[in-house]
Amino acid sequence: MSKPLTIAMPKGRIYEEAAVLMQKAGYELGADLDESRKLILEFPEQNIRVMMAKPMDVVTYVEYGAADIGIAGKDVLLEQDRDVYEVLDLKISPCYVAVAGLPDQPLSRIAPKIATKYPKVASDYFREQGEQIEIIPLNGSIELAPLIGLADRIVDIVSTGRTLKENGLVEYEKITDITSRLIVNPVSYRLKSNDIEEMVAKLSEVMEGERQ
Amino acid sequence: MVKRLMFEKPLGMRDTLPFFYNQKSKARKNLSDSILSFGYSFMDTPIMEYHETVGKVSATLDQQLFKLLDQQGHTLVLRPDLTAPIARVAASQLKDSEFPLRLAYEGPVFRAQQAEGGKPAQFEQVGTELIGDHSSYGDAEVIALLVESLKQSGLEDFVITVGHIGYVKAFFHDLLGDDEETIENLLNYLYRKNYVGYREAVKELTISSDKQAALLKLLSIKGGKEIFESSRSLARNQSCMQAVNELKQLYRLLEQYEVEKYIHFDLNLISHMDYYTGILFEGYAPHLGSMLCNGGRYDTLLPTFQLGASATGFAIHLERLVEALNEQENGDERMGIIVDDDSYSKGIAEAKRYRDEGYAVLLQHVDQIPDVKAFQLELTKTVDLTKGGGERNE
Repeated sequence: MSKPLTIAMPKGRIYEEAAVLMQKAGYELGADLDESRKLILEFPEQNIRVMMAKPMDVVTYVEYGAADIGIAGKDVLLEQDRDVYEVLDLKISPCYVAVAGLPDQPLSRIAPKIATKYPKVASDYFREQGEQIEIIPLNGSIELAPLIGLADRIVDIVSTGRTLKENGLVEYEKITDITSRLIVNPVSYRLKSNDIEEMVAKLSEVMEGERQ
Repeated sequence: MVKRLMFEKPLGMRDTLPFFYNQKSKARKNLSDSILSFGYSFMDTPIMEYHETVGKVSATLDQQLFKLLDQQGHTLVLRPDLTAPIARVAASQLKDSEFPLRLAYEGPVFRAQQAEGGKPAQFEQVGTELIGDHSSYGDAEVIALLVESLKQSGLEDFVITVGHIGYVKAFFHDLLGDDEETIENLLNYLYRKNYVGYREAVKELTISSDKQAALLKLLSIKGGKEIFESSRSLARNQSCMQAVNELKQLYRLLEQYEVEKYIHFDLNLISHMDYYTGILFEGYAPHLGSMLCNGGRYDTLLPTFQLGASATGFAIHLERLVEALNEQENGDERMGIIVDDDSYSKGIAEAKRYRDEGYAVLLQHVDQIPDVKAFQLELTKTVDLTKGGGERNE
């Protein structure tokens, strides 16, 4: 029997949707795994090993080959620009990256401050607009920044828009749509191509079915 | 400004300690023995080159080049590979030699890294260049030699993925005409391994659904020799047919070399945006997160040095090969002779006798050894000529 395929799965919100998708494709990972505190789970009968990782870290595990495959948000892929194959759009956890701020506040004309968890995405976007800006990197509660005058705008993920609304912020521009992607390590893509192709084919079939 | 600690090194630079040095030497020797046995001659070029010559034409991105200024203010680069320097030599000092040229090299190359991660900015490449042979026989020889060298170094489990950039470009031109921007865009998605982006870009094109389907089908053209049929049925223009024939011929030759079991085809393989011009390949081995070796045919490099010749070659990342071999043994076989004042001259004679037999022998005065037991454990064999110790083996 070949070596097990190691899959890095994101903990939290995306996990449940991803597990359902994997289940439909015939990979029984158990829906309540997320509750467990175990970080590595073995499924010998399916020749699979699952690693539970922080969503931001999935791409790192896959790039260095600690995991063969991973499920990662396009936001992380855009921000980190890692050397991995992006083979399938799983269309789960849809959301988008947007620029938001307090209503009716024109951008400061000198060098507006942008608070964000995504410094690269934000600076790429404003560079393309020809704007000169200053990035303020934050790790969470980004919405706080314009409220207390730390930043003019924020660049963040929006899914329902509720957090923005409850904090009295409005969306200015949408930067890009985000969904979760199936990513593959470049070496695994070559050396375990049969197992990986099989998984990609099964998942694509599920995706096709969902669309109709 | 952070004060540097005395033992710090520039970003991405690494020391090679004895254990790793031994393993590298061994792997390097095995590779070069194989390369020599195929009639290739080793050569070397300077570490520094002009930016406007070698720096500009090398396959490495400009932002990855180490640049410095010489006394006259010219921009120099630390060589990022040896292919471009060897092309320079082939087109100048060696241009009147008998072609095809079979040249080989081993040595450090330099590529600046991004701030984080500490990936090596200097690493060693062992490689070959076959210059002036534009046939499939040349492509096959280089790939067969690559497989042979890796096998000789002790690597058993590896895969060489082979593609053909000529096929992809001809295929795109056939379907998209002269829309260079779209072609560049699609090539870029393949180069960046972003198949999701490729599919989305194809779906947004205003072309017939047949053409769209064909562009999407390209992604599935990989595997064994069955791809000759599928790639032929996908594109019927002459350049594509020719590329497929080259791959087919290559496979037939690799079968004769008996290395075909290491070969996989993937027509989406794009190692570089505009460097390679024909057959290209990448090699992978388990336990490595990234590529072990790569190479291919390049036809536009030598003409930039005013030599109208086609060439092909490979480069192996030596440190990664050692990592893939994952050998535990040190390769460090030294014996020691422990002496005191009285036995020193006897020690010198004994050491000479053992050295003549081919041993690596160190001679050590007992007074300078902090812990004799630990000292002996470091060596494969010790002889104690001191009064207290008497003669002791093992």
